[in-house]
Amino acid sequence: MSGTERPVRITDTTLRDGSHAMSHEFTEAQVRATVHALDGAGVEVIEVSHGDGLGGSSFNYGFSKVEDIVLVRAAAEEATRAKIAILLVPGIGTMDDLRNAREAGASVARIATHCTEADVSIQHFGLARSLGMETVGFLMMSHRTSPEELARQGRIMVDAGCQCVYAVDSAGALVLTEAKARIAALVAAVGREAQVGFHGHQNLSLGVANSILAFESGARQIDGSLCALGAGAGNSPTEVLAATFDHLGIETGVDVGGVLDAAEEVVRPFLPRWPKADRTAIVQGWAGVYSSFLLHAEHAAERYDVPAHEILQRAGEAGYVGGQEDMLIDIALQLAQERDLGAVGAR
Amino acid sequence: MTKARAAIIGPGNIGTDLLAKLMRSESIEVQYMVGVVESDGLQRARSMGIDASAEGLDWLLSRDELPQIVFDATSAKAHRDAAPRLAEAGIVAVDLTPAAVGPLVCPPVNFREHVDAMNINMISCGAQATVPIVHAVSSVVPVAYAEIVASVASKSAGPGTRANIDEFTHTTSRAVRELGGSPRGKAIIVLNPVEPPMIMRDTIFCAIPPDADHDAITDSVKRRVAEVQEYVPGYELRAEPQYDEPREKWDGNGRVTVFIEVLGAGDYLPTYAGNLDIMTAAAARIGELVATTRFAGAPV
Repeated sequence: MSGTERPVRITDTTLRDGSHAMSHEFTEAQVRATVHALDGAGVEVIEVSHGDGLGGSSFNYGFSKVEDIVLVRAAAEEATRAKIAILLVPGIGTMDDLRNAREAGASVARIATHCTEADVSIQHFGLARSLGMETVGFLMMSHRTSPEELARQGRIMVDAGCQCVYAVDSAGALVLTEAKARIAALVAAVGREAQVGFHGHQNLSLGVANSILAFESGARQIDGSLCALGAGAGNSPTEVLAATFDHLGIETGVDVGGVLDAAEEVVRPFLPRWPKADRTAIVQGWAGVYSSFLLHAEHAAERYDVPAHEILQRAGEAGYVGGQEDMLIDIALQLAQERDLGAVGAR
Repeated sequence: MTKARAAIIGPGNIGTDLLAKLMRSESIEVQYMVGVVESDGLQRARSMGIDASAEGLDWLLSRDELPQIVFDATSAKAHRDAAPRLAEAGIVAVDLTPAAVGPLVCPPVNFREHVDAMNINMISCGAQATVPIVHAVSSVVPVAYAEIVASVASKSAGPGTRANIDEFTHTTSRAVRELGGSPRGKAIIVLNPVEPPMIMRDTIFCAIPPDADHDAITDSVKRRVAEVQEYVPGYELRAEPQYDEPREKWDGNGRVTVFIEVLGAGDYLPTYAGNLDIMTAAAARIGELVATTRFAGAPV
């Protein structure tokens, strides 16, 4: 079994999930400074990619200011100890992107699918392993399926060469026991052959609490972001995770003072806004909506003069999944049409 | 008008839906359906009066009267093996697999250029749904970049698509460029498992010059939608094309966004599977065009 030998390993995703909150405008200097600080603080895995994974730069998700492969290369150059991870969402990125990232210095491949669609990742795990990369499977929107089905999907990934399966709470919608049950089911299904991980969001302010429960249920890899920089209300903050695990006497290898400095001195100065559970973000957790929809819903709300939280509410009702950012414009158009019809009717 | 003789290889969901469509055709008569194992699909074909066999291509090519057109609804690998044998026998192949042995064809975009081809590839569902729109925009203004997002119901994505999703991404983006007329192209596919299953949706984004004539683009898109509706009745614009002001981040270009929904005809496949319907409908359309232009003399 590959992965971490520690009780728990924190993977920092500031430079990947945080890309959503930055509207994919990370500069090479920001990436280098963040990697330098995380690496110095003993964080062992640092994820760098467009928010929607390699190849995510697009009209639909937002164009990257700097190509993600350039940022991956810069991160790999900057890191002295940490491994650089990339995210790849099959259907958005391709195996060519994975090869390029490997060549640029990435050594951990995190392959993401919607929680019930693991079989689209089989090819990509095969390639990642043949390139000698450590592998992680990312089952997104885990609240949308049962623990049993999630475990079955995790099994598909492990059989394909995945070395750690994550329950990813993309909508920040899992509440305590719901997170725990999913981790326990995954551990029961794959625990002898692979590790299990948890990726939390703060839409209902439970990212850190869910992460601790996940650890207690057998998760060995936990994601965080400095200053919570990430989609929706942000991720479980890396610095809070480090401090909390330290408080519990659980060794992560991360220097708490180091990540506190990294958050405060490196990331905070470039935050466009501190991610928080405001109305739109809470609706995401409440209605179970993909966190990355936040800024896209806000843009559509502004363009068509309809409320962002209503767009997100509808997206939840329609069951849209990660990747369907285009549907937010479609919903905004419907809301605008309903508003205009209502206005006519009221006259 | 004499009907062209046709056969379908692959009696699965796609082949069966295609058969239902071709049974209504005035220019094609399906005589044979072949598979490699006995199946419900072959039984169903027999019950419709089709000569069906589980003995594959060997059986088909040993008939006294060979088909003039073969529709291949098997797999890319199987089609790569079948293609040279069909060509040698002088049979036109309409390929619904991602094999791309022959030219990529989308009926309203480039059929006329390939009217004499012996092998015609139907590209992908996403391409059939979106390339007509990219082409409609690029025939009015230069399109520097085009991007399409296809969302389909998980239940409508078969094991072949799932096992090689990169094939969809590559082939569809190639079609967006080569047929759509945009020098750069990107394709994204999303599988959604929601119940009841979602109807296929496609979003087409095109970068357009700052001074583009929006009305002319909208007219071109609407005319094209009407052309596609001739063979895919459930192909609809969800909203008026949307225009965004030029942005620096878009290299100074503006953007037009077109939202399409594809409701299937429900011939054999469920109506939500517009992605599969548009493939069988486009293949039937190509078959009919081949039949009328090459085999049946002047249409009546």
